[in-house]
Amino acid sequence: MTVQTWTFLIVGLTFALYIAIAIWARAGSTHEFYTAGGGVHPIANGMATAADWMSAASFISMAGIISFAGYDGSVYLMGWTGGYVLLALLLAPYLRKFGKFTVPDFIGDRYYSNTARTVAVVCAIVVSFTYVAGQMRGVGLVFSRFLEVEINTGVYIGTAIVFFYAIIGGMKGITYTQVAQYCVLIFAFMVPAIFISLNMTGEIIPQLGFIGEMSDGSGMSLLDKLDGLHRELGFEEYTNGTKSTIDVFAITFALMAGTAGLPHVIVRFFTVPKVKDARISAGWALLFIAILYTTAPAIAAFARTNLIDTMHNQPYSEMPEWFKKWEETGLIAFTDKNADGLITYGPGAMTDATTANEVYIDNDIMVLANPEIAGLPDWVIALVAAGALAAALSTAAGLLLVISTAISRDLMRMQVKPDMSEKEELWWARGGAAGAVIIAAYFGINPPGFVAATVALAFGLAAASFFPAIVLGIFDKRMNREGAISGMVIGILLMFGYMAVFKLGWFVDEVPPSSSWWFGISPEGFGTVAMMVNLVVAATVSRMTSPPPAAVQSIVEDIRIPKGAGAAIDH
Amino acid sequence: MPTPTNENQSIRTAYWRENLTYLVVLLFVWFIVSYGCGILFVDQLNNFRIGGAKLGFWFAQQGSIYVFVGLIFIYVWLMNRLDKKYGFEE
Repeated sequence: MTVQTWTFLIVGLTFALYIAIAIWARAGSTHEFYTAGGGVHPIANGMATAADWMSAASFISMAGIISFAGYDGSVYLMGWTGGYVLLALLLAPYLRKFGKFTVPDFIGDRYYSNTARTVAVVCAIVVSFTYVAGQMRGVGLVFSRFLEVEINTGVYIGTAIVFFYAIIGGMKGITYTQVAQYCVLIFAFMVPAIFISLNMTGEIIPQLGFIGEMSDGSGMSLLDKLDGLHRELGFEEYTNGTKSTIDVFAITFALMAGTAGLPHVIVRFFTVPKVKDARISAGWALLFIAILYTTAPAIAAFARTNLIDTMHNQPYSEMPEWFKKWEETGLIAFTDKNADGLITYGPGAMTDATTANEVYIDNDIMVLANPEIAGLPDWVIALVAAGALAAALSTAAGLLLVISTAISRDLMRMQVKPDMSEKEELWWARGGAAGAVIIAAYFGINPPGFVAATVALAFGLAAASFFPAIVLGIFDKRMNREGAISGMVIGILLMFGYMAVFKLGWFVDEVPPSSSWWFGISPEGFGTVAMMVNLVVAATVSRMTSPPPAAVQSIVEDIRIPKGAGAAIDH
Repeated sequence: MPTPTNENQSIRTAYWRENLTYLVVLLFVWFIVSYGCGILFVDQLNNFRIGGAKLGFWFAQQGSIYVFVGLIFIYVWLMNRLDKKYGFEE
């Protein structure tokens, strides 16, 4: 069988599985639609959270980014896992005890204000849309690369699948499909990693291969060899960074706080029966995520070494088949600047005539082409396609649910039409999900130019708005409406303004150079500063205005005690 | 919800205090393994090695993540014990 046949077969089978699960687990009530009826087992919820969290970017791009960034890539590894510690210790158990359906629900009730609720709804929708557009694009890319269909056709197919199971199944359908998707994606990620680790270091566990010796008989450790290759080619050593310490610090913190504040992740902890389950399922979630996140840096190092070895100073005419194949898709490019027929690899852009570097390599190729580079069987290549699709679809579905809930519950039920029947609310939820899928598909087909930039914005926004508002709502009984709203609004505006100027170059003639960054902090790390400002503003304003009403203070008392969470209570 | 009696209130306060102590200790470890070992002191730790990797680099790309997972499970264990001690378990 060819790679193409294998891919159709494996992708087709996994899609059939997702649809079957969606039909089996369709939602009959708003309670099931929003929180899967609150009866999900903590381990299942851990898997679902892991799939929800690990997007097309985690699966396809992260190892590639680390591969090129070396030590600097650590910000993603620590940032996107360390956030779960904050989530488990500071948010999940208390929000579960609070027992409502959404993050804006908490903000609205805790700060006894529909203004606060609306600010939270807007943040939730903005954050989720920026994220979901990237997922639909990811689906399209995987289809186009592996099944040789148009990117847009890929987006349509992906949209149809998500449309089907998010709308029928709600949170219940999504949860159980995500469990299946986690299994598919982790298997697809690990199989090539294990093969390559065996090839290069003789270790079956990639995490051990990462710190192991090369099996080429040189007796050199993998990372030492890679550092050596980097020095030889004129790059900074792989294990040393180029970013400033303060920037690495700020980016890591913004990613952690942002992770803990992302509504589609938080809402997963409303689906388990008890406070105790919310705590442990955060542990399972991080364990399942850590399997991929500790393998990714190993893949990054293997792939980097492999790539340099295969390519550098080798004749272009003797490049293996995969090189030519990926050249056609534009993910690899070669210009023979010195016309010696050999490939010269080094720092700088290929297009820049002043550097010796003659190749361009896209980040994404490290995971997508890895099986071919390592000469693995065709079914492994097909598996990677199915895994990437599982990662993209599961995240997209989780995000769409947040958007639909924000519309049906936080806007319609809580603000516009409080007396509607449950059946009507469910229709709004389904309609909201349908609308959101279509808009997401539109962005997938016509990606706005700022999509790449906005992923950092999504984390920065979550860090600057939700995270402080929720943590203060739990840990500071004196925090009131005025403090929380002013903190959130100023935090978001500051983050957005910095991003607009320093990342997108709005309001100025050109994007300012890194030397003009405030405190030397990049837009990616600025969420940390915006979050601090939010905290200071919230604390100051709340102390100058009247304390929250007694009823709200007793809510705070109540969420601190785990007993009596029961099912999520409607109204 | 019944009005909390004074005794009830002092139990709740004591529970919350112990909870906060756990949080401070666990978050201190969380900070040290990531921001400490992986970022601020990475160069010093890179003078040591674990297997074929520099220690600071290893903390940034592997070690901190293992500790994070451990921290959550330790937290769960501590809190379950605390809930039982104060009769707040379900």
